[in-house]
Amino acid sequence: MADVQTLNMVAAGVDPASDRLSGPRGARPRRTLSRRNIFIYGTLILVAVYYLIPLYVMIVTSLKGMPEIRLGNIFAPPVEITFEPWVKAWATACTGLNCDGLSRGFWNSVQITVPSVIFSIGVASINGYALANWRFKGADTFFTILIVGAFIPYQVMIYPIVILLREIGLYGTLWGLVIVHSIFGMPILTLLFRNYFSSVPEELFKAARVDGAGFWRIYFVIMLPMALPIFVVAIIIQITGIWNDFLFGVIYTKPDTYPMTVQLNNIVNSVQGVKEYNVNMAATILTGLVPLIVYFVSGKLFVRGIAAGAVKG
Amino acid sequence: MDTPATSVSIRDLSLNFGTVAVLKGLDLDIQEGEFLVLLGPSGCGKSTLLNCIAGLMDVSDGQIFIKDRNVTWEEPKDRGIGMVFQSYALYPQMTVRGNLSFGLKTAGMAKDEIAKRVARTADVLQIEPLLDRKPSQLSGGQRQRVAIGRALVRDVDVFLFDEPLSNLDAKLRSELRVEIKRLHQKLANTMVYVTHDQIEAMTLADRIAVMRGGQIQQLDAPQTIYSRPVNRYVADFIGSPGMNFLSGAVEIKDGIPHFIAEGIDVSLSNYIFNGDAVAAGPAELGVRPEHIGVNSGEDWPYANTVAVEVVEPMGSDTLIWSKLGNQNISMRLPSERAPRVGDSVSIGFDPMRASLFDIATGARL
Amino acid sequence: MSTSETIARRPSQLFRNLSAKIASLPMILTALVVFLGSTAWTIVYSFTNSKLLPRLKFVGLDQYERLWAQSRWLTSIENLLVYGVLSLVFSFIIGFILAALLDQKIRFEGVFRTIFLYPFALSFVVTGLTWQWILNPDFGVQRIVRAIGWTSFTFNPLYDQRIVIYGILIAGLWQGTGLIMCLMLAGLRGIDEDIWKAARVDGIPTWKTYVFIVIPMMRPVFITTLVIVASGIVRLYDLVVAQTSGGPGGASEVPAKYVYDYMFLAQNLGQGFAASTMMLLSVAIIVVPWAYLEFGGKKRG
Repeated sequence: MADVQTLNMVAAGVDPASDRLSGPRGARPRRTLSRRNIFIYGTLILVAVYYLIPLYVMIVTSLKGMPEIRLGNIFAPPVEITFEPWVKAWATACTGLNCDGLSRGFWNSVQITVPSVIFSIGVASINGYALANWRFKGADTFFTILIVGAFIPYQVMIYPIVILLREIGLYGTLWGLVIVHSIFGMPILTLLFRNYFSSVPEELFKAARVDGAGFWRIYFVIMLPMALPIFVVAIIIQITGIWNDFLFGVIYTKPDTYPMTVQLNNIVNSVQGVKEYNVNMAATILTGLVPLIVYFVSGKLFVRGIAAGAVKG
Repeated sequence: MDTPATSVSIRDLSLNFGTVAVLKGLDLDIQEGEFLVLLGPSGCGKSTLLNCIAGLMDVSDGQIFIKDRNVTWEEPKDRGIGMVFQSYALYPQMTVRGNLSFGLKTAGMAKDEIAKRVARTADVLQIEPLLDRKPSQLSGGQRQRVAIGRALVRDVDVFLFDEPLSNLDAKLRSELRVEIKRLHQKLANTMVYVTHDQIEAMTLADRIAVMRGGQIQQLDAPQTIYSRPVNRYVADFIGSPGMNFLSGAVEIKDGIPHFIAEGIDVSLSNYIFNGDAVAAGPAELGVRPEHIGVNSGEDWPYANTVAVEVVEPMGSDTLIWSKLGNQNISMRLPSERAPRVGDSVSIGFDPMRASLFDIATGARL
Repeated sequence: MSTSETIARRPSQLFRNLSAKIASLPMILTALVVFLGSTAWTIVYSFTNSKLLPRLKFVGLDQYERLWAQSRWLTSIENLLVYGVLSLVFSFIIGFILAALLDQKIRFEGVFRTIFLYPFALSFVVTGLTWQWILNPDFGVQRIVRAIGWTSFTFNPLYDQRIVIYGILIAGLWQGTGLIMCLMLAGLRGIDEDIWKAARVDGIPTWKTYVFIVIPMMRPVFITTLVIVASGIVRLYDLVVAQTSGGPGGASEVPAKYVYDYMFLAQNLGQGFAASTMMLLSVAIIVVPWAYLEFGGKKRG
């Protein structure tokens, strides 16, 4: 009340000397260029530039001709833009005796990634669903082994798996690698789906059972349609993980079916011939393109997948 | 006891989670068409018992009969039950119609029969305009109505309700309460209803089973439970505001039992004891706040004068707090007759309507 | 109400939840055959003298003695230790600082986060090859700096045995720090807003709030992140293969590469098994105490 009165007086010009009214009022002024802001944004921008430099260098190098690379500096933009290195990397770069470029590795990777993603996610989502809703005796023990197993270095298990795959006649085949990816993707994906299905209200599951639905019907009709977001997260994890794999590709496939990463390494690190850095960089970008596109398109879901991976164990 | 046809019968039911006994050798017979409420605080095993009846949890020992058929090892769908859940548990991606017909479809029922049943259920619950909506487009009350419909459409003998109104606000809760009562009167099915809300229990039930620690403490009509609780626990749990408990002892004076505490001497000449022998010893006297007359002008078997210490207006009624002897006591009276703090008031009650409990066991004397 | 009738129909324990059990078969097989079985198999065969093919002729600890006598293995272990410790220290410090900066309610947070995290989407092979190019002495950083006028400048990690592991570290940090930042940011966001309000009312400076209140509160996040990142570091392989192929002169060898080379190239399986068992041991040293602390004490019933 007192404030209203004094305000009225000021408005009427009665008491302009009032101390209380000359003080701060309204929104606090904020300087956009405060020292704090300069520090924060300055640091962030500097680090961001550092993170972007390699990508920039890759792109610029891949667009230059070899003479320009030999003379110039790797940070300089290309004087004369050429797409020839890209064409060469894709279609004619050599690994050993094969000179059909990265395209073969690309299609191999597609052939490996697509079934691996589908198969591993299918298996893991059913595992997670069974663990969350149909606990049977011993289920938790197997799950614990699975999660602990996620920490075992792959190197410990690779050779016995070679023997197992050879025994069932899948060693060196695409399906052998699909199985390997499904096995090693299982801990994290099972955890992801188990946690998701556990967060679905149990009453929903009970209601479906009262309605007479069984294991598969509840999975396909009730759970699956609800879990679409988590499927997308799983797909992101798997596409990037499997596409980026190198170790399993080297071990469980043959040169004809090498995935893109292995072929890329063989192209760039081959000791024969003259090094064509522009072609190498074009090939490198091409290989990184698929996960990069997935990353930029998926945005927040990618982060969610990482967070899911972090809580494993 | 003369038994009409039993609808649900539970024999010596036990359930253990590891070493924890959740249900302990429980027996319960529910009659055909009865509305039975399982009442108790959280963790007393009431929901567990309901889940066992539904077949959603496996029992450790004992048997469950529905319509005289042993269903202990039957799947939920084969038990002839319908169930309504607290969180509604509607399938989010299906329309209301899809929710209602999912169970019938699963059972392989013919399409026109499904349509007929859905239409009939929708008519009973007046949810026809909602049939093509998704659950996310419904209000809480509408969702719960659909959830009830999903149980109804199965055309079963026994309905199980698991705290169906707990997620609703107070106003909707009382509305739906009446609706459930109407539904029961119309359908006359057996209904088993789990709740922790004593108002729901009192208003809906034919009989209430008050549970504690996996056992049934008392199974009786609501009025009996209210007026003659079998032990201190039931007496304390039922009634709001809660019963006054005065601790003291029973003493026999001139052949008449008296309840004695410091500053209190209540003659129990008209109190109906449980059993014949009246033994002297420590006891607690339970008196409901609404059974104490304040300045009523009536002639009470027990009367005294006390000073008012705290006054709590609750709208139509007012609760006043005072001391009888050196123990706290509360009384409830219509607000227009409420005294002020510091007033001296005459109070009185009839021991016949009070309850006397053994201090050690808590059992009614 | 005869019970005998129902006893006959009692489902056997084995067939209860049958669908769930059948559906879980892949998981059960993976857990038992691959994770348990393969690991046990490798450990057992690490005590044999398997060469080209695995065979069960036990030679006690011979393989391990030979392993620890190899200078290549010792270099591998030393490299892994240097890389592991430095990469943990730097990625945690940088990752946390970046996360704290991003947590200041700044504009363009999404843009910055996207930039810091994108290398993590790339494979180690791509990362290794990219940094191989940037660190190339004839065309990369060294040449640029010299061209500016500092002609004696020398930064040639990939061709210098003494510092080659730091060259790999630079690439590894570039790839992995974004992940730490992301996890730290999630941890920071999980802290109760009221803590910050209380600190502000009490007049505690921001940095002090971080050091004395927030970081101690984030201990579980730190530990979990540490375990995950550390057990990943033990597997370090692709990055080295792509960036240096273990060179120059074997100076950037790592245990995982040792295992692969002995198993699949040198046809000395026993050595590979022994080396991989040592890797398992080192992960166990990290994971077991953590798992014990995390899950051992507070088992919920």
